[in-house]
Amino acid sequence: MSLIKMENGRMTVFVPAELDDHNAKEIREQIDELLDSQWVRTLIFDFKDTAFMDSSGIGMILGRYKKMDYSGGKVEAVHLNDRIRRMMVLSGLYQVVRMEKEREGGR
Amino acid sequence: MKQDNLQETEELQETPCVQPAVRKNQMRLEFDSCSENEGFARVAVAAFMTQLNPTVEEVADVKTAVSEAVTNAIIHGYEGRVETISISCSICGRELSVTVSDRGVGIPDVKAAMEPLFTSRPELERSGMGFAFMEAFMDQVSVESFPGKGTCVQMKKKIGTVPWKE
Repeated sequence: MSLIKMENGRMTVFVPAELDDHNAKEIREQIDELLDSQWVRTLIFDFKDTAFMDSSGIGMILGRYKKMDYSGGKVEAVHLNDRIRRMMVLSGLYQVVRMEKEREGGR
Repeated sequence: MKQDNLQETEELQETPCVQPAVRKNQMRLEFDSCSENEGFARVAVAAFMTQLNPTVEEVADVKTAVSEAVTNAIIHGYEGRVETISISCSICGRELSVTVSDRGVGIPDVKAAMEPLFTSRPELERSGMGFAFMEAFMDQVSVESFPGKGTCVQMKKKIGTVPWKE
């Protein structure tokens, strides 16, 4: 179960330590249930605790982006490590998901 | 002799070198094609490669690639059926080779499947980035597939900056 915080139309999803095909389904269902029942203008994925992610994570974010875009909402991603950032760039997801600026002097 | 390199790794130079001329090792794993095993597979390969003294980055690269290949075998190869996936790993010098194979449905057009964003099952919300990530994080990826018989993905990567005798 991943933690979700809801505040004035901003929904923050704290992505778990590992995000792969196995647990992406559960998170997807959890998010979609809230997106369908609540008023969400901005969906934020927080990767501060995430050590591992593969393309299943990219698929999960892309699917949520499509949903948010349909209702005119925005998607953001914060606390990305270099690897997740690189995956966002390789997949082109960076073009539609707002990523926080790179930390200065960060790895 | 790469003098510069050796000076940088003073610490390692002090330990007597008991390595054979070419470092070789191998392992083989077989497991059920259920999604619970995705994590197991990548961690097992990561544990095997530690003998190459990899960087954190290199371990993460290999874990991602293994995860992609195993997930493909589970979702596409066996289409969710529980059968057997095998992984064989070998080390030769400082090159790690990982082969993930299944006896599933196979890929009719490997070239098309390896294109970024290609997905045969859009309803599953896959990103279509599996092969692209394997290629991005490994040095070499080759795919052999026979429709109806199965798929075999071989990936290679040179690990470590330590100058092993090769």
